[in-house]
Amino acid sequence: MVDPRQTAPGRFTGFSPINFVLLVALGAMILASMGQVSPTPQQLVDGVPGMVNLVGRMLPPNTEPAFLARIGVRILETFQIALVGAAIGILLSLPIAWCAARKVSPLGRGHVVVKAFVSFLRTVPDLVWALLFVASIGLGAVAGTMTIMVDTVGFCGRFFAEAMEDAEKEPQEALSAIGAGKGSILVGAILPDIMPSLINSSLFALEKAVRSSVVLGLVGAGGIGQELKVAFDLFQYQNASMIILAIFLIVMVMEVMTDKLRAYIQ
Amino acid sequence: MLDLVTDTATDTAHTAPPQVPLIEARGLCKSYDRRKMILDGIDLEITKGERIALIGSNGSGKSTLLKSLIGLHSISGGSLRCFGDPVSAQSSRAQRLNMRRQTGFVFQKHCLVRRRSVLSNVIHGLFGEPGSWRAFSHSLASRDWRERAMQALADVDLADKAMDRADMLSGGQQQRVAIARALVRRPRLLIADEPAASLDPVSGQNVMNLFTQLCQTHAITLIYTSHDMAHAVDHADRVVALKHGKILFDRPASRVTRAHLQDTFDG
Ligand SMILES: Nc1ncnc2c1ncn2[C@@H]1O[C@H](COP(=O)(O)OP(=O)(O)OP(=O)(O)O)[C@@H](O)[C@H]1O
Ligand SMILES: [Mg+2]
Repeated sequence: MVDPRQTAPGRFTGFSPINFVLLVALGAMILASMGQVSPTPQQLVDGVPGMVNLVGRMLPPNTEPAFLARIGVRILETFQIALVGAAIGILLSLPIAWCAARKVSPLGRGHVVVKAFVSFLRTVPDLVWALLFVASIGLGAVAGTMTIMVDTVGFCGRFFAEAMEDAEKEPQEALSAIGAGKGSILVGAILPDIMPSLINSSLFALEKAVRSSVVLGLVGAGGIGQELKVAFDLFQYQNASMIILAIFLIVMVMEVMTDKLRAYIQ
Repeated sequence: MLDLVTDTATDTAHTAPPQVPLIEARGLCKSYDRRKMILDGIDLEITKGERIALIGSNGSGKSTLLKSLIGLHSISGGSLRCFGDPVSAQSSRAQRLNMRRQTGFVFQKHCLVRRRSVLSNVIHGLFGEPGSWRAFSHSLASRDWRERAMQALADVDLADKAMDRADMLSGGQQQRVAIARALVRRPRLLIADEPAASLDPVSGQNVMNLFTQLCQTHAITLIYTSHDMAHAVDHADRVVALKHGKILFDRPASRVTRAHLQDTFDG
């Protein structure tokens, strides 16, 4: 079928004049924007004393036992928000991803609708979700948990669905030849095949949940972020530095833990 | 032809009801891309208890035909009945289930679920039976099912590998697991796409002997493809040859000659 006279394609096939024009336009836009929003050298120089002053007022971090206890409770709450939100989110993601996955979905063509819904959940930033839930449910940890849940479904829903679409086709066909329904094929052939990828995505989701649960408090959705906001609002910079250290610790502990888990699973 | 039918009808009226063919294809066509016909007007009738060998060169459409028979591929033209029910895109789920429940299918590629144990894979063969949510894994399956699966594994000489992960087996061993998975449901119709292709000569012979023996004791109908002409001729009642999407010949195995085979694989 191959035409023997077919010539080899040129070396720069992808680089048309249009692409060149677009590239130049992009460069021009970056340069123009720099003039408007990037700091001038003068501003940078002027900012240095302010930064030094701020860091000076932050040191040493507040280590009063009463304060540390309060922070400890908040850290625990942050972890709870992240864990519960991510766990529920991951569980919800499984059926949602199943419905969203092409060729696998029990909804047939309807999978597009579910996929669009998941994209919507993902594209709205988590702080915006937090604002929405604070406005509807009220201040506190529950709004935070809801936010993490929605965020996790947006993230895991997509990656789970992609994994399901990429799962090996032959075993699925074999089970279908045996007379298994869509649900049996999911549990019998697809899930075992994609289990490592599911676990990996879930661990990432958990990491992401911890990171976002830290800042949710800034808009009143519970967790350590709430303390941070109070500290800045009241100019308690020594408290703020302690909280930042604590956040750093939380995120680091989380990443070390998920790395260990990942290595263990491989 | 007509008088022949009436003749036999009066002859067998008091012994057995007239045989409905298990599979009946009329002018069956299949094209994947609506341009090239892979199957082009296949007429095929298979009655209960027959053993059919399907031969043909690579790409002649053997696997396509086998998959079409139980509706894994939708057909592009003609008519097809399997177990008396029409097979088409419009078949109801109940019809499809009825057909597939009575059929064991061994694929050309092994098609095992890789991260599951060999035993679980064999138990998957019981999907479609009542209570089949228990067929997901050997740890959920009932004792009866596990024993049936072990028997099927023993039939293909793999009982000692039951708890190994399926992807830890060699290609030929995986093929035998796939055969056990097809046999565990005690099918009435067994479709096997090159069951012996990746097996060593002795295992290949054993599998073919096992098929023959099952067909004789349980009146299973067998359709298989093979590139091994000895397998095709020795273990079948009928040999059907495909060439360029059409049936080149369809005749009793005892009357297939070297010239016939030459014809099948030439150009
Ligand atoms: N899923 C598919 N999509 C498109 N074309 C296909 C598909 N499966 C098979 N074909 C084409 O149909 C033709 C017949 O393939 P098939 O697998 O039925 O041949 P075969 O007789 O089983 O060959 P082999 O002896 O190599 O197993 C081939 O030309 C192949 O390219
Ligand atoms: Mg084939």
